[in-house]
Amino acid sequence: MRPFQYQRAHSISDASAIAALPEAMLIAGGTNLLDMMKLQVATPSQLGDIGRIGLDGIQDTSDRGLRIGALATNTATAVHPRVRADYPVLARAILAGATQQLRNKATTGGNLCQRTRCYYFMNVDQPCNKRDPGSGCGAIGGVNKLHAVLGTSDQCIATYPGDMAVALTALGAKVVIAKSDGAERTVPVRDFHLLPGDTPWRDNVLDQGELIVAVTLPPPVAATQLYRKVRERSSYAFALVSIAAVIAIDDGKFARADLAFGGLAHKPWHDPRIGELLVGAAPSPALYDQAADLLLEGAEGHGDNDFKIPLARRTLHAVLAEAVEKAA
Amino acid sequence: MSVHVKQDKPATDNRLDTMRQGVIGKPVSRIEGLAKVTGTAPYAAEYPVEGCVEGVLVTATITRGTIVRIDAESALAMPGVIAVIDDERLTTRPAQGTANEAPQQKPRTICYWGQPIALVVAESFEQARDAARHLVVEYKPDEAAPVEADPSIAEEQEDETVREGNLDKAMSDAAFAVDVTYTTKGHASAAMEPHAAIAQWDGERLTVHASLQMLNYNITELSDALDLPEDRIRLISRYVGGGFGSKLGISEEAVAASIAAMQLERPVRVVMSRQQVFQSIMRRSETTQRLRLACDADGRLTGFGHEALVSNLPGEEFAEPVLQSSHFLYPGEHRELVLKLARIHRMTAGSVRAPGEAVGMPTLEAAMDVLAERAGIDPVELRLRNIPDKDPEQGLPFSSHKLAECLRQGAEAFGWDSAPRRPRLRREGEWWIGTGMASAARVHNVAEARARVTLKADGTALVETDMTDIGTGTYTIVAQIAGEMLGLRPDQVLVDLGDSNHPRGPGSGGSWGAPSIGSAVYVACMAIREALADTLGIDETALVLADAKAGNGTPLTELLGGKDLVREGHYEPGKITDDYLASGFGAFFAEVRVNHYTGETRVNRMLGAFGFGRVLNAKTARSQCLGGITWSIGMALTEALEFDPRDGHLVNRDLAEYHVPVHRDVPDLDVVLVEERDAAASIIQAKGIGELGMCGGAAAIANAIYNACGARVFDYPMTPDRVLAAMPD
Repeated sequence: MRPFQYQRAHSISDASAIAALPEAMLIAGGTNLLDMMKLQVATPSQLGDIGRIGLDGIQDTSDRGLRIGALATNTATAVHPRVRADYPVLARAILAGATQQLRNKATTGGNLCQRTRCYYFMNVDQPCNKRDPGSGCGAIGGVNKLHAVLGTSDQCIATYPGDMAVALTALGAKVVIAKSDGAERTVPVRDFHLLPGDTPWRDNVLDQGELIVAVTLPPPVAATQLYRKVRERSSYAFALVSIAAVIAIDDGKFARADLAFGGLAHKPWHDPRIGELLVGAAPSPALYDQAADLLLEGAEGHGDNDFKIPLARRTLHAVLAEAVEKAA
Repeated sequence: MSVHVKQDKPATDNRLDTMRQGVIGKPVSRIEGLAKVTGTAPYAAEYPVEGCVEGVLVTATITRGTIVRIDAESALAMPGVIAVIDDERLTTRPAQGTANEAPQQKPRTICYWGQPIALVVAESFEQARDAARHLVVEYKPDEAAPVEADPSIAEEQEDETVREGNLDKAMSDAAFAVDVTYTTKGHASAAMEPHAAIAQWDGERLTVHASLQMLNYNITELSDALDLPEDRIRLISRYVGGGFGSKLGISEEAVAASIAAMQLERPVRVVMSRQQVFQSIMRRSETTQRLRLACDADGRLTGFGHEALVSNLPGEEFAEPVLQSSHFLYPGEHRELVLKLARIHRMTAGSVRAPGEAVGMPTLEAAMDVLAERAGIDPVELRLRNIPDKDPEQGLPFSSHKLAECLRQGAEAFGWDSAPRRPRLRREGEWWIGTGMASAARVHNVAEARARVTLKADGTALVETDMTDIGTGTYTIVAQIAGEMLGLRPDQVLVDLGDSNHPRGPGSGGSWGAPSIGSAVYVACMAIREALADTLGIDETALVLADAKAGNGTPLTELLGGKDLVREGHYEPGKITDDYLASGFGAFFAEVRVNHYTGETRVNRMLGAFGFGRVLNAKTARSQCLGGITWSIGMALTEALEFDPRDGHLVNRDLAEYHVPVHRDVPDLDVVLVEERDAAASIIQAKGIGELGMCGGAAAIANAIYNACGARVFDYPMTPDRVLAAMPD
């Protein structure tokens, strides 16, 4: 572990000030960052502990939505009565991730910022453009079973590993960010994570000195909510493919179809064309195939992960069929 | 006084069943269990040693080549750094089990990515780790470094080869035949406790707390590596947090800690990181296996072919013994068994959890399922029709053979349906449900062992040996055997294990620990009984001991007259190992569900029925079987070492990415212990247990996958991508 200066932040402005320092990182639950520091994947010289600046509340918003503080733990969020009642896809996605011990420590903001578990990213003696820009991508031509089939670049084929953000994407949640000047800005979760492009070291839109203060959920809608995570072992494994679905049926037709996909890309994947295709149409396997065609347009495997393309199609069929059955 | 018994004949006169204490075989809880679960049982790295400094291994970042220069200054300038140990005696691989000599040294010659090359020692672990990362090493790489096993470069292992009759003709003449090829991925032992050592040097003698399975060999290996006589070394491994083969031989951290402690004259602790354990210790070789089975119209095997390709580093003798049980499990006059070894530059291949049968049995038993289907014979019945009455290759009698009983009792306990089988008969929602079964077999090993038993003047007993308990229950069964023989409760027997100052045991490995050390303890206790009988003026066979009293009511304390009675038992297997073929046998039954859409497979329930001689402790024996079945689930569904195809480095090198089963993957497991006495297996009529539970179980799951959804998968583990690729529409 590289030696670092540790500072405890006492307020959001404290945290912003620390985050603005060179080579600084903020730590909340530390469930991802500490692992990376031990492996020297992350080597901050300044560590700002934001664990005691509040921000762990979960409150109703004036429009009957929900504001989840950046430091609310995953466990607290998953068991919150309003989350369970109105946003069950979020509770299910969180509970599908990690382990109870990790969820007790992991926070909302930290979860959004967790980094890829690409094997080459996590091994400092292997090339990785995300960790070491310009060193190359070890996963291309290497072992890439967990890797992305959508939105990749020739610089990086890593996936975003989380579950919670997939549900937040389907729900249309927003990320509230404190800027270094004390002002706030709000970014839809759908736009928070970035594709790798030519800047694979950038996971998301946060600038140096910024921190997440909350996630807001829109008012609940009457819909069936599902989270399906396909994985090799039944717990403590990252998704091969996951789908968050918020589905409503009215008069035998889709009235709402908000879908988001994990395990396929460098970010939780959302394609608005899928919802547009489904809404107003009657459920049928042929329709699901069309939805899958849209989802997988341009999908490209890299060898070990070729299977994700048919798997995503089959899983989409399963999820839509289940949602329709439950919604009916 | 030492008593030596060499066992040339079956121990039909064994006395354990005639004793009166009544503790042998009973489900006694582990005597060290409370210390372990309360955190008071110290593991190797946990001994508080004053002034201990911390060492971190530096590992190679090329696959093959030489080190031109190690710039020690690059690390020595960093805070807290005490030394860079760059010593020709550093070992670069773990010793193979029972090697009894130092493994490969010469750390400046690189043979695989991740090979240890140096040790950085610092005041704190964090400083050492950081400095190890920053040590500047200049390499001269050798481009010729094959990392994939290629049959064209493989050498036939002639000791394993059997060619009898004409298998090709048997295949073409057969009423039914199967010719299928399977692959299995490499496996990691994946013990919870990482490899760790604390070395202390007083200028004359070296003491090493280490996590090791076989001190009786490890002391010689360490002595050879350091060029230090054995009588100046003491190894201590009182508690071992799992070994599974990975701690059979002395490993790199113990040698490095010793060298550093002797050089610096300070205690040095070296704990491997999880990643280092994965990439620098043992892998089970990946395998490619072709099975050819030919049978007559009644399903009786006429031809048996099993060919396997495995790999290892240049210079390693170990070749995953895939065919070990294939040599005797089934008949077939026309036989062809061939094992080939390819030399590649991945980390050392060695013993990992039931080497051989762990991967040989799941392919054989999956092929048997294909044959059963072709022949239209129930899979249980097909096995029952193919139990040889003697070893089909050497003609030796079996020491005992409980396969038929295990098949029948297992089928009954599981509720096996022998109605004609067809895939896709049962579906619940998205899930196809199916069942499968497989035979289990694992060769029985027994080894030379010594133990010293002291019946103390106060009426308690002490057993001392360098034998280890790697979580299997050795402490407890030793207390039970001594207690039974000497008329004491297990808690009146103090068992002192894992110290090389004690008489040499057999070590824990190859499931031979319990029958071997148990026999040595038995021999010592018999000698004590003889002495007590002499005191009473009776024949030993007339001596009754129970509740710390002789049969005539005389307390042991009185009999002993204030003196300790000490005997060393020295057990050695003799001609029994040449005259009999000894193996544990069993049967697995599994019910699985396979998701039609995603190909995910989950085990609904699983049962194993096992016959392995005398059960010494029904609870720890059952636990061993449960663990074995759990590994079967891992082997079948999730466990796979993945190597980079270019530099051969191990890619998934932690427990997040190397998928051992988690609790949720392991459903209700049931174990049927088919009790027997195998007098030719050991003097206590017991066989090994630990590994049998994973020798074939993966095939029961594979066969159930086929029965559930119709996907015949030929590659282990059967992950969703593979199941989907084989899934009919």
